[in-house]
Amino acid sequence: MPWLSILMAVPVLGAVGVSLTKSDKLAKQLALAVSLVVLALTGVMAAQFNPSSATRFQFAEVYDWIPRFGVHYGVGVDGIALVLIALSAVLVPIVILASWHDADGTGAAAPPKRSVKTYFALLLVLEAMMIGVFAATDVFLFYVFFEAMLIPMYFMIGSYGGAQRSYAAVKFLLYSLFGGLLMLVAVIALYVIADKGTFMFPELVGVIQDPNTQKWLFLGFFIAFAVKAPLWPFHTWLPDAAAQAPAGAAVLLVGVLDKVGTYGMLRFCLELFPDAAKFFTPLVIVLSVVGIVYGAIVAIGQTDIKRLIAYTSISHFGFIALGVFAMTAHGGAGATLYMVNHGFSTGALFLIAGFLIYRRGSSQIADYGGVQKVAPLLAGTFLIAGLSGLSLPGLSSFVSEFMVLMGTYERYAVPAIIATSGVILAAVYILWMYQRTMTGPTAESVKGFTDLNIRERWVVAPLIAVIIALGFFPKPVLDVINPAVDQTLSNVHVDQFTPAVADKKGAGQ
Amino acid sequence: MNGTIQAPTIEYALLSPMLIVFGAAVIGVLVEAFAPRYLRKSIHVPLTLLALVGAFITTILTALNGLPDKAAAMGAVAVDGPSLFIWGIILVLAFISVLLINDDEQFVAQASAVPGSTDEEEAVRSGFAQTEVYPLALFAVGGMLLFPASNDLLVMFVALEVMSLPLYLLCGLARRRRLLSQEASVKYFLLGAFSSAFFLYGMALVYGYAGSIELKAIADSLSTVTGQDTLLYIGTAMLGVGLLFKIGAAPFQAWKPDVYQGAPTAITALMASTVLVAAFGALLRVFWVALGGLEWNWQPVMWGVAILTMIVGAVLAITQTDIKRMLAYSSVAHGGFLLTGVVAIGTFAQNTQALSAILFYLAAYGFTTVGAFAVVTMVRDAGGEAGHLSRWAGLGKRSPVLAAIFAFFLLAFAGIPLTSGFFGKYAVFAAAVSGGALPLVIVGVVSSAIAAFFYVRVIVLMFFSEPAADGPTIATPTLGTSAVVALAAAATVVLGIFPQPVLDLADQAASALFIR
Repeated sequence: MPWLSILMAVPVLGAVGVSLTKSDKLAKQLALAVSLVVLALTGVMAAQFNPSSATRFQFAEVYDWIPRFGVHYGVGVDGIALVLIALSAVLVPIVILASWHDADGTGAAAPPKRSVKTYFALLLVLEAMMIGVFAATDVFLFYVFFEAMLIPMYFMIGSYGGAQRSYAAVKFLLYSLFGGLLMLVAVIALYVIADKGTFMFPELVGVIQDPNTQKWLFLGFFIAFAVKAPLWPFHTWLPDAAAQAPAGAAVLLVGVLDKVGTYGMLRFCLELFPDAAKFFTPLVIVLSVVGIVYGAIVAIGQTDIKRLIAYTSISHFGFIALGVFAMTAHGGAGATLYMVNHGFSTGALFLIAGFLIYRRGSSQIADYGGVQKVAPLLAGTFLIAGLSGLSLPGLSSFVSEFMVLMGTYERYAVPAIIATSGVILAAVYILWMYQRTMTGPTAESVKGFTDLNIRERWVVAPLIAVIIALGFFPKPVLDVINPAVDQTLSNVHVDQFTPAVADKKGAGQ
Repeated sequence: MNGTIQAPTIEYALLSPMLIVFGAAVIGVLVEAFAPRYLRKSIHVPLTLLALVGAFITTILTALNGLPDKAAAMGAVAVDGPSLFIWGIILVLAFISVLLINDDEQFVAQASAVPGSTDEEEAVRSGFAQTEVYPLALFAVGGMLLFPASNDLLVMFVALEVMSLPLYLLCGLARRRRLLSQEASVKYFLLGAFSSAFFLYGMALVYGYAGSIELKAIADSLSTVTGQDTLLYIGTAMLGVGLLFKIGAAPFQAWKPDVYQGAPTAITALMASTVLVAAFGALLRVFWVALGGLEWNWQPVMWGVAILTMIVGAVLAITQTDIKRMLAYSSVAHGGFLLTGVVAIGTFAQNTQALSAILFYLAAYGFTTVGAFAVVTMVRDAGGEAGHLSRWAGLGKRSPVLAAIFAFFLLAFAGIPLTSGFFGKYAVFAAAVSGGALPLVIVGVVSSAIAAFFYVRVIVLMFFSEPAADGPTIATPTLGTSAVVALAAAATVVLGIFPQPVLDLADQAASALFIR
């Protein structure tokens, strides 16, 4: 069965259906139903995935799309792509449920009423593109999704966001577009230099041998991904975009779209240009570590909840990039798992912050206080999500952060040690934010708050469940990720570069 | 030798597309002369459209019959793959532009009436219409067909004038803001005449060098004539100026914004799409066929022009506040992107790749442009079209479908994937990279990013700004205008998702390059 094509076709058709519905309510229900169907299909597909199979890309489909350019409609997933698709498929229904009133024009800030149908149709289109971008095994197809998915997100931020929305939307689009265009040059050059007449990723692995060429092409791809992820110092668009986007869109932006950057580093930068990746590793490690510490420190200083969460993500993306470029089995698997976990825990943080903001109409931390007395459930779930964000043992992020740090330490001890400070700073920004908003005397404006309603509980419950489940038992996910990471690292020929796990002490430096 | 003159052979079948168009234009003039005023338009419209369709059909038939291997009309007109492809594009684009021209609202009632005079009021009241628009457009189209197909410089010059003169006139026929329109017309005429003079003088100098005005003979002379290089270089430069002017490449782009803004929008649509196509065909023929052996000399200059054109187009567009001026600068930038393909020559395979990329780009860009200008004609306020960008604020709220389509055209101009503009850009850039013009491509993507800024700014205005209280109204489109918008949008989608058939066609057209 062409699973991946179906996964993309269902949301697209759903989007068409949603935009044709008569009433807003029906549009929402249909969108939710479609996203649940996608989730179910993803579940069935994932159950058939065989992690130990010798074929790397499963559910593969390859058709000629534009033979003239050697472009194929080529999709297929390995473990890394599968978990990221699963992440998208889980997040979208939750986001739809959470965004139920985002475009209605209700809420304390009294935003203007906007087109509900368009919002949910854009969400579904975005879902199709998110699945496509992770599933693409053709570099050109990947690029097409990479760029095209900017457009629905651009409209979601620009039409449905906060007061500064059009500035934030344009900044988001132009940063990403600029990175993407540099990547386009690299994509073209890759095709021309490889001279294989095809863009299929498996056939391009290991083709570019000349180290100098590799370096230039690597930079073309890497800058695009570094803007997307975003790594310090390419990050300035993210706080604006995430703060202005409606909470649901912010979840998909930070939780999934940005993962395309780190995913691209792991899949394309490392495997297509292994020598260049090794050459640039020190640079990337430095950027990552700076990002970890910088993101965390700046997050502490934020006065806006959504901006704060966005800066924590910059810190976390530093961890992910660190894990990717450590080029160890633990680092790679940890980074991949982190991509998933970060999606859930940051998603929960953004959504609960969104509920908070919906009630009060302000995203300023100073406008809150003592929420836990009037809305204990809201406060409690916010705390759990936050604790996952600061990597408390027992919650999902801890596992991945630990793996990343361990994997990095195997080869780069000093950066790993510096990065550890990010964990401590995380405790400061999360707990201090919690303290300022949720504890203390109940602020006058907060008195009338209602606790989470049924819909909101349905939004939060699955996220908290996943966070706790993956915190205690990440094995099923790791079992899927590990073979794919090993495969990636063997394409990078990293084993010549690092000793096996048993005798790693000191040898890798 | 024995006193009899050999009658020249004319391959009428090969030339039939042009003959049909010119013939219909002449009939159009007769209609103007003899048909009563109330009948003229109802004769002109079907006549013009039929002529274009007929010419298109004969073009296709010619292509299906197999390409001739030598130039027609005693070597004066080269009907080869690229010519036929370009003819096809021009005819289709002209057809949809004529549908747009078919909207009376845009043209002056009586061009000779002084703006603001009682004569003008009189003319408006009595419902006059300058129906000469149709034959003039046909003459221009005929010139466009001949221009890229001409195989010697003299024919090319004649074609250039046949193409340009009607356009100069058409530019001055806008119904509203007539002074602006007349200014545009005069400006276009003066600058155009100036550039034609350059072309003519360049032709004379090249003739002095080569002893012939035939492109093939010029190409041959490059390796045989010695000691006359100065003539050749100056002549080449002057020919280049004449052709680059028509493309609107920097530093010869100054006329474009003024003319595009002043001309009736339907005429702007016709010019922006078809003239660019024809001019690129002619440019390629002169520089690849006649001066191909001289590439080491003109390539560096053309590099400079391409870089300058891309940057000037993109940067100056940012400062524009009028939608038509903005689109004009965008067309300058696109001319620059196309020039990256022109310089990317090398081996035979490389040349065919570059040529087919340019052809595809021209087709993709032409459709989107006509569509974009068609939308511009529909956004009106009391003074005619609402050109100022601030008037477009909130259009997405008042007219979501139209705004969405326009946004889609803008994204295509910006080269976002899944639009035709992306594949056009990709094809040209890919050809340029394999032709060794990587730095040019980098400049290209940087200016694409700059250009994206102003396209996106319009989208922001339309969708993310609150509508102005006294904003423009959206005219209920005539059948013709809506057909144009729908057709252009469809072409932009189809070429953006499934470009292979047109790419194949362009490949076939380019497979044998130009005949000599």
